[in-house]
Amino acid sequence: MPNASPISRVNDFVVRFANVNGSGSASANEMFARAIMRMGVPVAPRNIFPSNIQGLPTWYEVRVTEANHLGARGGVDLMVAMNPQTFDKDIAGIEAGGYLFYDSTKELPASKFRPDITVIGMPLTAICNREYTDPRQRQLFKNIIYIGALTALLDMDVKAVEQLIGEQYKSKPKLIEPNLKALNIGRDYAILNLACPIGLTVKKADKVGDRIFIEGNASAALGAVYGGATVCAWYPITPSSGLADAFTRYCEKLRVDPETKKAKYAIVQAEDELASIGMVIGAAWNGARAFTATSGPGISLMQEFIGLAYFAEIPAVIFDVQRAGPSTGMPTRTQQCDIISCAYASHGDTKHILLFPENPAEAFEFGAIAFDLADRLQTPVFVMLDLDIGMNHHLSRPLTWDDSKKFDRGKVMTAEELEAGKDFGRYLDVDGDGIPFRTYPGTHPTKGSFFTRGTSRDRYAKYTEEGAPYVDNMQRLVRKFDTAKDMVPRPLQATSVNQTKYGVLYFGSTAPAMDEAIHMIEARGHALDRMRIRAFPFHSSVNSFVADHDFVFVVEQNRDAQLRSLIVNECGIDPVRLVPILHYDGTPITARFIAKAIGDHLDALKVTPMKVNS
Amino acid sequence: MTYLAKPKFHHPGLPKNDLGYTHRDYEGTVSTLCAGCGHDSITAAIIQACFELSIEPHRVAKISGIGCSSKTPTYFLGNSHGFNSVHGRMPSVLTGANLANRDLIYLGVSGDGDSASIGFGQFAHALRRGVNMAYIVENNGVYGLTKGQFSATADRGSKSKRGVTNTDNSIDLAAIALQLGASFVARSFSGDKQQLVPIIKAAIAHKGAAFIDVISPCVAFNNHAGSTKSFDFVREHNEAVNRLDVISGRMPIEVQYEPGKVEIVEQHDGSTIALRKLDADYQVHDRAAAQAFLQHHAAKGQIVTGLLYVEKDADDLHGHLHTVDTPLNALNEKELCPGQSALDKFNASMR
Repeated sequence: MPNASPISRVNDFVVRFANVNGSGSASANEMFARAIMRMGVPVAPRNIFPSNIQGLPTWYEVRVTEANHLGARGGVDLMVAMNPQTFDKDIAGIEAGGYLFYDSTKELPASKFRPDITVIGMPLTAICNREYTDPRQRQLFKNIIYIGALTALLDMDVKAVEQLIGEQYKSKPKLIEPNLKALNIGRDYAILNLACPIGLTVKKADKVGDRIFIEGNASAALGAVYGGATVCAWYPITPSSGLADAFTRYCEKLRVDPETKKAKYAIVQAEDELASIGMVIGAAWNGARAFTATSGPGISLMQEFIGLAYFAEIPAVIFDVQRAGPSTGMPTRTQQCDIISCAYASHGDTKHILLFPENPAEAFEFGAIAFDLADRLQTPVFVMLDLDIGMNHHLSRPLTWDDSKKFDRGKVMTAEELEAGKDFGRYLDVDGDGIPFRTYPGTHPTKGSFFTRGTSRDRYAKYTEEGAPYVDNMQRLVRKFDTAKDMVPRPLQATSVNQTKYGVLYFGSTAPAMDEAIHMIEARGHALDRMRIRAFPFHSSVNSFVADHDFVFVVEQNRDAQLRSLIVNECGIDPVRLVPILHYDGTPITARFIAKAIGDHLDALKVTPMKVNS
Repeated sequence: MTYLAKPKFHHPGLPKNDLGYTHRDYEGTVSTLCAGCGHDSITAAIIQACFELSIEPHRVAKISGIGCSSKTPTYFLGNSHGFNSVHGRMPSVLTGANLANRDLIYLGVSGDGDSASIGFGQFAHALRRGVNMAYIVENNGVYGLTKGQFSATADRGSKSKRGVTNTDNSIDLAAIALQLGASFVARSFSGDKQQLVPIIKAAIAHKGAAFIDVISPCVAFNNHAGSTKSFDFVREHNEAVNRLDVISGRMPIEVQYEPGKVEIVEQHDGSTIALRKLDADYQVHDRAAAQAFLQHHAAKGQIVTGLLYVEKDADDLHGHLHTVDTPLNALNEKELCPGQSALDKFNASMR
């Protein structure tokens, strides 16, 4: 292996912690990320964890990025190797010129290391054994001790960590002192015994601003609170359980009547996903705003009910926090692989509304407007998160709400309107937009009741198996879906400074990596126009974007180019014009990957119009 | 099949209830089930029960699954909202509906295929949650709409119309409802209106999960010799433990009961059930004893009917979840949306 000069960078590097899950490392590592954020330097942390509770390898990656590149980068500059099980692989993953920090209590042969990296050993186990007698303390404080050492090695502001310890144990003040002590044991050891700082350093900056540090599952749940959801029925499944947990937490805080102490919400952990979507449909049929949170396998189980909601026109909000499939797949790894199964969920001819938030802030917004859309369009609405957005902390713009906003409950005929003799046909297209009026059960003693069913019926909800009313109804549903095109969030477009015949379409959690990749692609001498799709059905601007370019890359995190298929199918576009760029190994897509895949493609086309200055 | 409207006119002398409604106001469209179907008798019993209870028809939500039994909500309470949902999934839809509006009356209609096979899980979980509802299974032991296959309530050894013997054990839904914690469990027979109507009335008045297993012979596929769900077999093996009179709270109890033979059960809505005991030893508030009684008689081939168990001071899912008194579907932005000020605090806590 060739020697490489040690990497020297300020506020721009990747630290990866390799730990054993269940060892208490997660909170220490998160504190490390937060401390850097408190120093005004943006961070993008990602938790890479197994489907297991204790004993298997887990990693926590912190990208330190003053330039605000919040997507995953790929590669590791500093490896904090705390797991012997993965030691060799972890070392192999370090960039040339990178750094290894490891527990040197037990001497390791030189063959275990690489000549092109800087090796920093610290006898963590020995220090812990000397300082603590309780085995659990030895384990927990080891994490804090290495964080202490890192503050010295990376020239960090130790006060930021001390402050975080104070905040974290605010309710258990007895724990503050021992944690501070452990932090200083590590820091003092590093200052005395190790070459501090290394080439990677953190310098105070002012690039964080008023942004918040939040997981998409939490912000989406808060969106459901703000969107007026009162009924949540769910079944535990990774990576979506945190969404229902967060909804419970926020409801307990924000939705309890101050006088009676009674709940303005109902949350039921159902027996399975069939029951959870059934409860959502029952509640929404009866006029409450209701949702479920699930992942791919749950979507598969809900198919029959989703078709009923589509055909019987019942609002339902489904948060799908996607994970790698098929089957159990990789339950703790991220993908965007439920696009087709959600867009066309259920048997028969069905189409559903999908929303694609890019980050937690948008997950909050879409989480709230999903309820307006579901009520307005009387149909299921899917909010398509993924594990990367849902379970990782993201530096995100603060959440905002317009206090003058009213819920859009859609076309609901009231008792007064019925009493006044207004004609009520449950499936009557009175406004030409395909959206009929509905009534809530219990509205009027003699008018406005109807029978909801999954079988065919006429415009007045009367059962029929005749062809013409069936076709009439199916055509109206298409009309309604067309209406939705102008109601859902529009795509966002960014035009390249240099004119180009090439474009790229992307969506969801790919956004930060794409934003970064665009600069890398430009640096290779190529120009690309960008469009971020935010919803299905596609707005007409998607058709024009494709029409305006010779080739359009479609970047997504699945094997089968599902969004591309949906665009081809729904927009009637020649597939040749859409070039799939696919990343689906379960890790979040990186700027390096996108830039290479698109750059190589454009190079191969020999379409480089300008020379890069060297 | 076509939609059949019933003529609106009726005899001017029809009796009216407290709300001024006749029983015609509780009817739906004409039944499209086979002539003589037990389910039509249950429909008639539901109409009679709602009429006698003076329920506002539109304050009832009638929810069913799929199957012959699940078609019946079209045939009663035409002014109620109905929901013919998904096979075996009535309980979850009803649970959700109930969470949205605690003020309506929830009538769940299901069959033995719907509740004992495909929907066995949902049947179980809705009962253990204590959803406030009257859950009626119209139990005929066969799949009618698909033409006569055995259901999971068909007894071992009973014969299908084609002469095939059922070798699987049967599921006794009432016994399981007891085990699951349903706070009201009854069994009746579609051919015994005198027993069934008051049971339905009591189930509707009950706060909590009320379950009624109604044996309802299928005239097309399960009314032959060798069946244990035929009219003749049920009549011969019916072991009624009690008879009920449901008395609305406003009415004084006028009937004179023989001492020791009647037990008065107070319901949460102020009505009372007068239980005329047919089996002097039967304890209607003893869940374990009820289970033992059912097993003992089932072993003898007897079908125990009547009010099998009722829990005093039962509570429901809303009680367990401690939800507000206002129906959740009636809460507005002001009550539900915490606004920007709460969000400012939230943002500050996330930095």
